[in-house]
Amino acid sequence: MKGSNLGEFEELVLLTIAALVNDAYSVAVCDELEKHTGRAAKLGVVHAVLNRLEEKGLVKSRMGESTSARGGKRKRYYEVTHTGKVALTKAREVRESLWNIIPGFNLEGSI
Amino acid sequence: MKRFDSQNDRSEAESPKPPRWAQRLIRWYCRPDLLEDLQGDLNEYFARNLKAKGAGRARLIYCLDALKFFRPYTVRKPDFLNLFIHWIMLGSYLKTSRRSLVRNKLFSFINIFGLAVSMSVGLLVIALTTDLCSYDDFQVKKDRTYRVITTYQDRDQPIMNFASTSVKVGKKIRETVAGVEDVTILSNGFSGDAHVGEKVIPLEALWADHSFFRVFTFPLLKGDPSTALREPYSLVLTEKTAQKLFGKADPLGKFVRFDTLNYVVTGVAKDVPKLSHMRFEALISFATTEAKQPRTDSKVYSWDNIWQNYVYIVLPSTSDPASVQATLNKLSRQENAAIKNKKITVALQPLKEAALGRKLENAIGPTIMPIVVWILGGLAFIIILSACFNYTNLSIARSLRRSREVGIRKINGALKSHVLGQFMAESVIIALLALVFSFGLFLFLRTQFLALDSHISDLVSLDLSPKISLYFVVMAIAVGLVAGFFPALFFSRINALQVIKDVSTMKVFRHVSMRKALIVIQYTISLIFIATTLIGYNQYRGFLSFDLGFTTENILNIRLQQNKGNLIKKELAEIPEVREIAQSMMITSLGSIHGTSMKYMNPDDSTMVWLNFVDEHYLPVHNHKLVAGKNFTLRPKKGEEREVIVNEQVLKRFNIANKDPQKALGKMITVDGKKLAIVGVLKDFHYGTMDKKIEPVMFRYSSDEPWGYLNVRISSTDLPATMASIDNAWRRIDRIHPLDAKFYDDQIELAYSQFVVMVKVIGFIAFLSICIASLGLFGMVVFTTETRLKEISIRKVLGASESGLIYLLSKGFLSMLLIATFVALPVTYFFFDQVVLTNFAYHQPIGLSELLAGVMIVMFLAFLLIGSQTLKAARKNPANVLKSE
Repeated sequence: MKGSNLGEFEELVLLTIAALVNDAYSVAVCDELEKHTGRAAKLGVVHAVLNRLEEKGLVKSRMGESTSARGGKRKRYYEVTHTGKVALTKAREVRESLWNIIPGFNLEGSI
Repeated sequence: MKRFDSQNDRSEAESPKPPRWAQRLIRWYCRPDLLEDLQGDLNEYFARNLKAKGAGRARLIYCLDALKFFRPYTVRKPDFLNLFIHWIMLGSYLKTSRRSLVRNKLFSFINIFGLAVSMSVGLLVIALTTDLCSYDDFQVKKDRTYRVITTYQDRDQPIMNFASTSVKVGKKIRETVAGVEDVTILSNGFSGDAHVGEKVIPLEALWADHSFFRVFTFPLLKGDPSTALREPYSLVLTEKTAQKLFGKADPLGKFVRFDTLNYVVTGVAKDVPKLSHMRFEALISFATTEAKQPRTDSKVYSWDNIWQNYVYIVLPSTSDPASVQATLNKLSRQENAAIKNKKITVALQPLKEAALGRKLENAIGPTIMPIVVWILGGLAFIIILSACFNYTNLSIARSLRRSREVGIRKINGALKSHVLGQFMAESVIIALLALVFSFGLFLFLRTQFLALDSHISDLVSLDLSPKISLYFVVMAIAVGLVAGFFPALFFSRINALQVIKDVSTMKVFRHVSMRKALIVIQYTISLIFIATTLIGYNQYRGFLSFDLGFTTENILNIRLQQNKGNLIKKELAEIPEVREIAQSMMITSLGSIHGTSMKYMNPDDSTMVWLNFVDEHYLPVHNHKLVAGKNFTLRPKKGEEREVIVNEQVLKRFNIANKDPQKALGKMITVDGKKLAIVGVLKDFHYGTMDKKIEPVMFRYSSDEPWGYLNVRISSTDLPATMASIDNAWRRIDRIHPLDAKFYDDQIELAYSQFVVMVKVIGFIAFLSICIASLGLFGMVVFTTETRLKEISIRKVLGASESGLIYLLSKGFLSMLLIATFVALPVTYFFFDQVVLTNFAYHQPIGLSELLAGVMIVMFLAFLLIGSQTLKAARKNPANVLKSE
């Protein structure tokens, strides 16, 4: 297993799963990401990341109920595990501690 | 296209589906635990795209996604357990395969025999191709060696391509072209009698310059390769020639005399391997020609003397042939600017293409065109495919008997892939078994093939090597896989439960149309082959009996071999059976041509006219017909001729005296700078072979052509005795060279011998394909009648007549044969009419009888097969059949 550090996109996907609560499956994650980030999230990329997150133990998945939609194929729902939550929190803490040491940060100066 | 798709889809009741192959692809590669939701995701996107972008785009995106998801994490791991099961089941497969082979002897025989026969042809083609591809492989620098070839165009004449080139090109390359490692210049045409002491042996040699052994790998057994060909009058012999001339003695440093000149032996080379595009008995240093002819002799070393010299160059491995070619192009342009009316361009040709490449004039050795290999390969492929069809057909037809076995296997846990593997393995085993037989056949076929024509045995040896054996086995396995694929697929799809419950519900006859189509294809191919053979043979007969415009009967052509014609004439004249003797430079109508340019009034208008030098007896001996004028009246010495006899085409070409033969007499034409008067006009005759149109021809007078022929008309009742006395007469004049005399008719036959080879090869293929198709048909008839035995018995009990039953059983097969006939005959006819025979200016019309004769033979065979089996079935006692159930 690679290091437990979260990549930027991995973090976004993980957050999206958390945000979607009970409705987090691949296509929904794609749509949500697209809505919030404004970039096109390709299914192939998201699918690979979801698979990697599961391998790292940051999410777990279960198959949904079978319906007539999607050609009768079930959805795979994802859920953030405890390790996932810890990793997210840690990532946020790192950012915040960095934010805290920047003095007098505002956007005006840089434009 | 897309719009059409979407409309088409909308017209269907349900909404469009993703492409089936893409779905199957995902199912095939994807890990089972990831499969379902991935499929679902793709379906969801597909449905979205369907609304937003239309069916076509949606499908396209689905396909692309299906391909894109082929990633390390989605791909299913190879199922080692599965492979292991295959391995441990191999014994069981072998056992059942063997049992089924033994149980159905007829079918096994048909399969193995058919495959063996067809594969032997394949083996022959493999051996042939391997030989042809390994030409010149012994040359160490083969990949870097190039031959300089020449394109020659005389004004208004068609372009000609030559393997030879000028000495000047070689010298220029050596002096001025950078980036060339080595250049060697060769010349052919040395031929003379080698004298060593009392021994005299005729010898042909190549002139080669000192870098010859640096370019080519012909190892010297004795002598120094770097100096052997340096000095004038040096001679390098091959081992065999040295043996002939000197026996066991060491030839190095000894002298060999040709005419009056002595040559010193400076080396003995190993014999030239068979698979070499260049062959020689001896090499003479190129410096000899330079010593004989002064360097200033501009004609010999001129840019346009391209007829008998060969230049080979070796490039360093880093060098690019294209850059050398560019320099050569520049050189050609420069040199062409200095000569009038001709365009000569030189180009590089890789050494490997010298033997297996396009046909060039003045080739130094054997050349074979790749198309020939492709055609032979194609024929072998068709035959093998036909045998594969038999296997496929019979296996599926018999599936009823083995489907229970498959059912049991499946119930015991065999997967589809296991059954597939089993039947593929079985067919491969059968193919390997057939290989054993076909190898024996191949050995027989090889001797036959090599004996077919002296050119073939000269060209290839077809020896076996480990590489070829490997190719053989690979071919057998490939044949097994191809033949077994459809039956294996069929068996693997069998529904186990259904088969076990009730075999009769199995849809054995579902593949009937495919099987019928295969039989029709087999018969179409056979009919095409047999019709081709018959038409080809008829055309060949036509060429032999064609009226050439003069008589060839009872004319014996004797090659003079440098002897004085008059002396031999005098000896021959004493033989009573010899009626008349003429002399000529060459024998016409055999394919060789000799021409020079001719002018009439307009000094700028010249054309190539074919020619023969003849004496005053030539026309009467050959019964040539004169339209106007008479035979030569003067008897000039060489170089003093004033008369010429032309054919009607010459008058037509130059519009001499408005093409009136009578008025053309006495008109002057210019040939080789001489003014000659037309004394006779010949009726047109065939100077070339049948593929050439009749063109302008002239006869010039010469009574002394040491390289020419005597044309002797004999009328003899005891031919062997006459030939013996001619031989005696010859030997009184020339004790060294054996008599070379051939009858004109035989020579014509020889000139068309390539047709005999072709007819024989295609005839043999036709024979094989008919055999294989008949075997297949026989198998199918046996099978069908066996399965319908009960039906026949019931019909019989109900009062059907025997003839009615035979009609019932055979009408299906007969209609297939009719379809094959209606496809094959027009195809063959148009192929010959539009493609083959357009290459021949004069040919026989294609007769209906040749086309139909083939059909009759095949039909007769088929009737025999079908009739005998159906009759047997129809005659069976119905009581016995019905009782036995």
